Amino acid sequence: MSLVELHAIHKSFGALEVLKGIDLAIDEGQVIALIGKSGSGKSTLLRTINGLEVIDDGVIMVDGKKISERDTDLLALRLQVGMVFQQFNLFPHYTALENVMLSPQVVKKQSKAEARAIAEEMLTKVGLADKMMHYPDQLSGGQQQRVAIARALAMKPKVLLCDEVTSALDPELVNEVLAVVRQLAEEGMTLVMVTHEMRFAREVCDKLVFMHQGRIHETGDPEEVFSNPKTPELSSFVGGLA
Amino acid sequence: MAYKFDFGAIVPHWELLVDGVILTTELTVIGAVIGVGLGIMGAWARASRAPVISQIVGIYVELIRNTPFLVQLFFIFFGLPALGVKLSEFQAAVLAMIVNLGAYSTEIVRAGILAIPQGQIEAAQSLAMNRVQIFRYVVLLPALKKIWPALSSQIVIVMLGSSVCSQIAAEELTFGANYIQAINFRAFEVYFVVTGLYLVMSILLRMGLKVLGNFLFERRRHV
Repeated sequence: MSLVELHAIHKSFGALEVLKGIDLAIDEGQVIALIGKSGSGKSTLLRTINGLEVIDDGVIMVDGKKISERDTDLLALRLQVGMVFQQFNLFPHYTALENVMLSPQVVKKQSKAEARAIAEEMLTKVGLADKMMHYPDQLSGGQQQRVAIARALAMKPKVLLCDEVTSALDPELVNEVLAVVRQLAEEGMTLVMVTHEMRFAREVCDKLVFMHQGRIHETGDPEEVFSNPKTPELSSFVGGLA
Repeated sequence: MAYKFDFGAIVPHWELLVDGVILTTELTVIGAVIGVGLGIMGAWARASRAPVISQIVGIYVELIRNTPFLVQLFFIFFGLPALGVKLSEFQAAVLAMIVNLGAYSTEIVRAGILAIPQGQIEAAQSLAMNRVQIFRYVVLLPALKKIWPALSSQIVIVMLGSSVCSQIAAEELTFGANYIQAINFRAFEVYFVVTGLYLVMSILLRMGLKVLGNFLFERRRHV
């Protein structure tokens, strides 16, 4: 049994069908990259996994349990599935430390001391032990994104979703964030990432999922998929990037 | 000029003015605290996805914003007894101010809520926070910060508007002024002084709200 299973996921925005029947299994410890052109549905797919987009049809199972649209189910789902966004989305009125402590305290009802210990551990892990008392606008984009990763990790999720986590960063800040993601992958964290960092995907991921026009067009081992694309669409996508 | 100014004529009645200032202050503080609280709840209801509650609040807001405060006050004080709800002058005045400020601040706070980027809310959702937690910890303070100047102005407007409560004999500042000038006929002097008192109270209230805002939204020094 996979950790997360998606069966026949359909999603439309108005008349536009964005996901046209997606089946995907995510195993524990697996690192999956979703790639594809803009509008191919990869971000929408990622957002369905933690219920930010409500699906029109299909089944999402996490740990063998079917997720419904009920609020209680969604909250239980999100306890297991963390997410990091392109735009960081740190809470501007809290320090880095408070950003990380908030949800463990409020949602998991941990004591302030417990939450603080976890937050400090996570911020240290992402290399920001010296920036804990800084507010988001006092941090660089790369630092903010690392706080966002620490914030998601503090909830001890089983899966971490990364939605183009380096796309909003200046080029010189990309690597510090990728290094953290790489470290998580090496530690065995289950990761699903939408990314345009093809070299990174090739090096770090176990499985590549190429999306095209709302469907999974091609999938497999990154080395294999990159060096020997079977469909012309992937071939042109990979070629266009090289 | 034939008229001889005599500000000394007010002096014997100074206690009335002091009482008026105190009552106006009480009305304003109670009205502002509960009114803004009502506005926050109203704004949340308006911004929520519950259509029925949102519409009810919408009707309340439009009803209050499109009718005169004086009429609202009269309705509460003179109208409600017909339904068996009999309020004292002070109670009616406070209630009218709460209801009035509640409606205006609903719209003001709502603007602040709508200005919170959707990404903030999605991040909070992804951290498994429920709606109440998201509103309380992620939305409310940044939203209030954005609209604090507008909200402060509205509170000052309501404080000044409390002068209307003299019409139901709530013994606030304007009531005191009307009373004094009815005794000594020194309308210019009385209203001149009362104008000054309102001016000072407004300035102090604005300053107080600014200090409160700084306290609420300042970045606290952490250990």
